[in-house]
Amino acid sequence: MKINKLLVGLLTSVTLVASVAQAAELSMVSGDTGNGLEFLRTQLDKFEADTGNTVTIVPMPSSTSDQFGQYKLWLAAGNADIDVYQTDVIWAPQLADQFLDLTDAAKDVVSQHFPSIIESQTVDGKLVALPAFTDAPALFYRKDLLEKYSKPVPTTWDEMAATAKEIQDAERAAGNAEMYGFVFQGNAYEGLTCNALEWVKSNGGGQIVEADGTISINNPQAAAAIDRAAAWIGTIAPEGNLAYQEEESRGVWQLGNSVFMRNWPYAYALSAGDDSAVKGKFEVAPLPGGDGEGSGSAATLGGWNVAVSKYSSDPEEAIKLALYLSSTEVQKERSINQSNLPTIEALYDDADVLKASPFMANWKEIFQNAVPRPSAPTKIKYNEVSSLFWSAVHSTLSGNGTAAENLEGLEADLTDLKGDAW
Amino acid sequence: MATDVMAEPVVQTGVKIKSELMQQRVRAAQLFLLPMLLALAVVAGWPLLRSIYFSFTDASLNNIDGAEWIGFGNYLRVQTLDSGAVRYRGLLVDPAWWNAVWNTLRFAVLSVSLEAVLGMLVALVLNAEFRGRGIVRAAILIPWAIPTIVSAKMWSWMLNDQFGILNDLGMRLGLLSQKVAWTATAETAMTAVLIVDIWKTTPFMALLILAGLQMVPKDIYEAAEIDGVHPVKQFFKITLPLVRPALMVAIIFRLLDALRIFDLIYVLTPNSSATKTMSVLARENLFDFDKFAYGSAMSTLLFLIIALLTILYIWLGKVRFDGGDR
Amino acid sequence: MGATFDLWKLIKTVLFYTAVVFIVVVSVFPFYYAILTSFKQGTDIFRISYWPTSFSLENYQAVFSQGSFPRNLLNSVFVASVTVILALFLAVTAAFALSRVRFRGRGFLLMVILAVSMFPQIAVLSGLFELIRALGIYNTPWALIFSYTIFTLPFTVWVLTTFMRDLPIEIEEAAIVDGATPWVIITRVFMPLMWPALVTTGLLAFIGAWNEFLFALTFTSSNDTRTVPVAIALLSGGSQYEVPWGIIMAASVIVTVPLVILVLIFQRKIVSGLTAGGVKG
Repeated sequence: MKINKLLVGLLTSVTLVASVAQAAELSMVSGDTGNGLEFLRTQLDKFEADTGNTVTIVPMPSSTSDQFGQYKLWLAAGNADIDVYQTDVIWAPQLADQFLDLTDAAKDVVSQHFPSIIESQTVDGKLVALPAFTDAPALFYRKDLLEKYSKPVPTTWDEMAATAKEIQDAERAAGNAEMYGFVFQGNAYEGLTCNALEWVKSNGGGQIVEADGTISINNPQAAAAIDRAAAWIGTIAPEGNLAYQEEESRGVWQLGNSVFMRNWPYAYALSAGDDSAVKGKFEVAPLPGGDGEGSGSAATLGGWNVAVSKYSSDPEEAIKLALYLSSTEVQKERSINQSNLPTIEALYDDADVLKASPFMANWKEIFQNAVPRPSAPTKIKYNEVSSLFWSAVHSTLSGNGTAAENLEGLEADLTDLKGDAW
Repeated sequence: MATDVMAEPVVQTGVKIKSELMQQRVRAAQLFLLPMLLALAVVAGWPLLRSIYFSFTDASLNNIDGAEWIGFGNYLRVQTLDSGAVRYRGLLVDPAWWNAVWNTLRFAVLSVSLEAVLGMLVALVLNAEFRGRGIVRAAILIPWAIPTIVSAKMWSWMLNDQFGILNDLGMRLGLLSQKVAWTATAETAMTAVLIVDIWKTTPFMALLILAGLQMVPKDIYEAAEIDGVHPVKQFFKITLPLVRPALMVAIIFRLLDALRIFDLIYVLTPNSSATKTMSVLARENLFDFDKFAYGSAMSTLLFLIIALLTILYIWLGKVRFDGGDR
Repeated sequence: MGATFDLWKLIKTVLFYTAVVFIVVVSVFPFYYAILTSFKQGTDIFRISYWPTSFSLENYQAVFSQGSFPRNLLNSVFVASVTVILALFLAVTAAFALSRVRFRGRGFLLMVILAVSMFPQIAVLSGLFELIRALGIYNTPWALIFSYTIFTLPFTVWVLTTFMRDLPIEIEEAAIVDGATPWVIITRVFMPLMWPALVTTGLLAFIGAWNEFLFALTFTSSNDTRTVPVAIALLSGGSQYEVPWGIIMAASVIVTVPLVILVLIFQRKIVSGLTAGGVKG
């Protein structure tokens, strides 16, 4: 892809003049992986060429909780070795004190991004981080199998479960003993919070903790949604799904052993790879919805951002780097090369982007139903809230108590944790 | 050792010279010990004191220097609700903490005792004379030489329910009727952790016991053989008592290790409440949750529990750690 | 009579060798399986096989092209070696004092050293972090060498103390008569006798330092200073959620092979080293 010269010009004209004189040595941490890091490097090379600064990447473990612990420790110690951090969408409220306010620096570009994403990175009026890309899961389905059994793409969870069961049983009878109906992320970790939030929200059961800080999780619709998911285990989903993270689900799916899968866009490119058993046989759709009042498809909002450490020795150049990495130019490259979803709305209609990743057109719809995890209202306590939530859900899925019982306990725990205020 | 008189039988060249020599040796000993003690004080003592100090403050990671002393609040505090009801809060009444303590103890006792039994069996096999013994001895050292983080990853791969080889093997041999999700369910998560830990550390145990076995004089067995003592009786009457000191020391080193187990569980089943141990919980509170002081209190209590159990073990097992006499 | 006796003996032999084979298979199988997996590619990795089905070195190439694995290997070697040398140096003198000289509080000191070896790493992590930053050695190999002392030093002191205690008094007596100072006694009399012990303890401490993960992750922050276990944890697949099993296994094999070779070379010594460390408590 050719660089969009005009955009480069717009974004870096100011920087060019200023920075040639005083080149800075910046370093940024990234939990990104393999191709992602290579891509980041190519983008940073451009930045270096344009500004004369040098940027070193410090790679981190891909486990987000490893990254988070590490960053917290470094920031607490006032580590000046790292200037720019790549942050998860849920971290902004927890690390807000340690990052610079980017409101002024980004005032000309914030309007290009989805407002909900900018909002998620704004804490008490302070723009903590700039979005680099966003993420929202979808329902992956086996086009060939749905056609074979002439089933429509399910739009409710019950429909999905019924279809999954029917095809699974028929395929097993036909000799594929390893066939399952649905795989998702059921391990006790942040991913389960994402999955369960979708079940609850799509069933009209709220968002665990509402934007105003009210604990809403203990309600019949939420309980029904989680009970419904618990019934999947051992029927349409393997027992082992209780230990699955993204990769395990993809493993089952990509061997052609599941009719449906809930996963992030990254799985799209891999499933379409040459060694994939489902190549050319699958498609994506928005996740199903529930039935009660206020139900409808919901997709948990993921995504990554760039933030500038307040201990950076060269904050000005570091802010320029953050602006650059969230710019239209880089996001466009990213969506073409990495199939990452852009946070800039206009890019979803961009011909080049759609040509390279046609499935992104589907994701615009998915993204419209995106629901944030309650990291903003619960502030620094979010990790604990999430941990309590996924534990309660995991207990229910494993058959330790009904959803109603576990959610009642969860409500009490959350109330305790909240104290007077979050 | 309650005396500072040197017992080394130095050649008798006069009482005066001898005591001078003694003085010189004691001074030298002090000088020699100093660097080591200094190193330990800096690298271990100071950080531990900091942790203990933080456990009595309201420190958070964002505000370590501004920590204020709050006494025992992290451990236990009384809270009066608006309704007038009184309740206790803090680590000592935290079910998550006691669950972790229970998990840790269960893990430590199960793993160490199973390792001791298996280690003994392996050691008995290795103590026999047979061809290729060297190769076998080398082979059993492999699990131990592999970095924990690597073996945890290796095993989590082998324990995977769908593409894990263990389930496949179990099904083929007819040991399992269906694929088991080892790390997923509460019942099997601990078993999975135990399998990996036992695999990894039994060699260590076996070697320590083997070392003890090899010090048992062969003629004792020959005499027993002539007297017609049954091999099983030989084991309990001769072997076990003689190997006991080696076994006791091996057990205590393993017990210390098992009580603070972290990396294996952190990689294998990081969030399962069925396997969450004290160290894992402490790390979670220190870094993942914004509860630095609370996590420090956990670390402190963990240290105290380990120390207490060690003392108890040494006392009950009458293990001598004073370095003996010479 | 004779025939039944032979049969019994045969059964015993068969049972014994079955046990031997079982022990070897259980010990080696996971490592064998890791090697097997490291030769696989793509979706093939998710397919179970017991024998080599494909042989591709692509994963190994990937290990060396990603990040800076060769550099990490060097770091590991450097950190582990220096840690061991330092620990041995401090421990030899300390062990002499603890084993050959009687003084008040010797038993207490040994207990203290044992106590240090039971510190949970997690309990000292934050304190060590502060200290390392204050000393200005953060993100250098010295930070690791410094922090690894916490577990290598108590261990080496303990093992060497038991070793030294077993050395015959007569050797030392002769040196004392010749007017040798304690330092001379250590360097000229004991050291030559202690090579096997030093090699063993050194190797064990080396394995400990080589395998350490938590400190290494916390106290380094760049590719150029990281050690191998951290590098393995950082190995990554094509995208965020992808776990590159093939590459991880390849890296694991690369890291483990040197240790296995070391263990094979020194296995006799390791056994005798543990003998001294454990039995004479």
